[in-house]
Amino acid sequence: MKLPTDLRYTATHEWVRSEGDGTFSVGITDHAQEQLGDIVFVEPPKPGRRVKAGETVGVVESVKAASDIYAPVAGEIVGANADLASAPEKVNEDAFGAWMYRIKPDNAADTERLLDAAAYEKAASA
Amino acid sequence: MPKTTPLNATHRATGARMVDFGGWDMPLHYGSQVDEHHAVRRDAGLFDVSHMLAIDVEGRGARAFLRHALANDVDKLATPGRALYSCMLNDAGGVIDDLIVYGFGPERYRLVVNAGTAAKDLAWLEPLRARIAHDARLTPRHDLAMLAVQGPHARARTWQAFPALRAQTEALAPFHAVEADGMLVARTGYTGEDGFEITLPATRGVDAWNALVAAGVKPCGLGARDTLRLEAGMNLYGQDMDDHVSPLDAGLAWTLDMKPGRDFIGRAALERARDKRAFAGLVLTGGGGILRAHQQVEASRGAGEITSGGFSPTLGRSIAFARLPAGTEPGEQVQVHVRDKLLPARVVKLPFVRHGRALIPLEDEERQTS
Repeated sequence: MKLPTDLRYTATHEWVRSEGDGTFSVGITDHAQEQLGDIVFVEPPKPGRRVKAGETVGVVESVKAASDIYAPVAGEIVGANADLASAPEKVNEDAFGAWMYRIKPDNAADTERLLDAAAYEKAASA
Repeated sequence: MPKTTPLNATHRATGARMVDFGGWDMPLHYGSQVDEHHAVRRDAGLFDVSHMLAIDVEGRGARAFLRHALANDVDKLATPGRALYSCMLNDAGGVIDDLIVYGFGPERYRLVVNAGTAAKDLAWLEPLRARIAHDARLTPRHDLAMLAVQGPHARARTWQAFPALRAQTEALAPFHAVEADGMLVARTGYTGEDGFEITLPATRGVDAWNALVAAGVKPCGLGARDTLRLEAGMNLYGQDMDDHVSPLDAGLAWTLDMKPGRDFIGRAALERARDKRAFAGLVLTGGGGILRAHQQVEASRGAGEITSGGFSPTLGRSIAFARLPAGTEPGEQVQVHVRDKLLPARVVKLPFVRHGRALIPLEDEERQTS
């Protein structure tokens, strides 16, 4: 598994990247896209929505199955990647580049309690 | 332990993602299911279908036995090598399995049945044979490999791999088979494209697979097989029909030979059947999700249910088969419960795609013409 070490991860296979302005991008990991197969539909959450940590906020559908995407931390959705509506295959091509939504955490420190690359790798291969 | 085909090690060496399918360890895809799908629509794809079971039915009683056991009539197999699609029904008119039967003469037939139902089929057929056809023999052929080569260039690439086959298979008509070079070559398939299904001794399976790959045929997994058959309007046993579903409710009335006086198992129940359901295609018109099996449908005449659904790579939108209230007609707009939403879909006649071409009007064009 080749995992960027500058990201944080969840046990539900999201990656979380700090944008440096108090917001964080969220996508699904390369491991997750590989498990799902060809992705044909992505529905990110709508900006403005307030979410709790672990709440279902959207869906990724592959040729095989539908899979929920979750909020890594509590906060407000502040952006969604509209490009994925017409090009969902970008998640297969570049999982760590294809962000799905941006969140502004209620408490920025919450993101530091997420998994680091080593911990995620252990969780994903368990 | 899951069962394996003679090609199991080859699939693994090719990087296949393997899944359990009806107790068999089979390739789901070799990288991209969508790429494999397009290869079949545009060029040629190769499927290991050795998990399906061939059952030889031979002897003087074979013809009468199959005329009674199958809902389609094997007397249609007038020319040697002819193939016929049929359901095998129980007394209640439910579908025990759907199969292909080849006829090589009145005393020699071969059934090809689904992998997941093979044991059940034999447990049904053998006592039936013992009861009504002492002079027929059933021989399950566990010694064979089966490869499907499908796509517009499938035949040409097969001849490139096996030049000796060309002379005997070039004039082979669709739904016919011929024995050539120790293989049974049939012009059949489950994709809506031209091609061959090749049955050969299990010991020759890997060499044949490698020769076809070397001739440019792309290995394809069960994932692409499912989206191809869905586009082609072909039913999948266990999903679109099963022991408790009548062929009349699964779009399979065309496979029933109801000529007067012909007796077969399930016929009486079919004749009593009331409230038949419509079986049709759905196209998701506005996007917003993917149609999947078991989603509920709201049509003008009542409720229905999706039996198979997914994403159509050829059409670039989601499609499905649905069982709908009788009288639901192509063109009707319906609503489908997709997760927490109601999404609009249109009822269409099956199939969606045949020989690489979309057969249904896509809504963008419809809007322009209406």
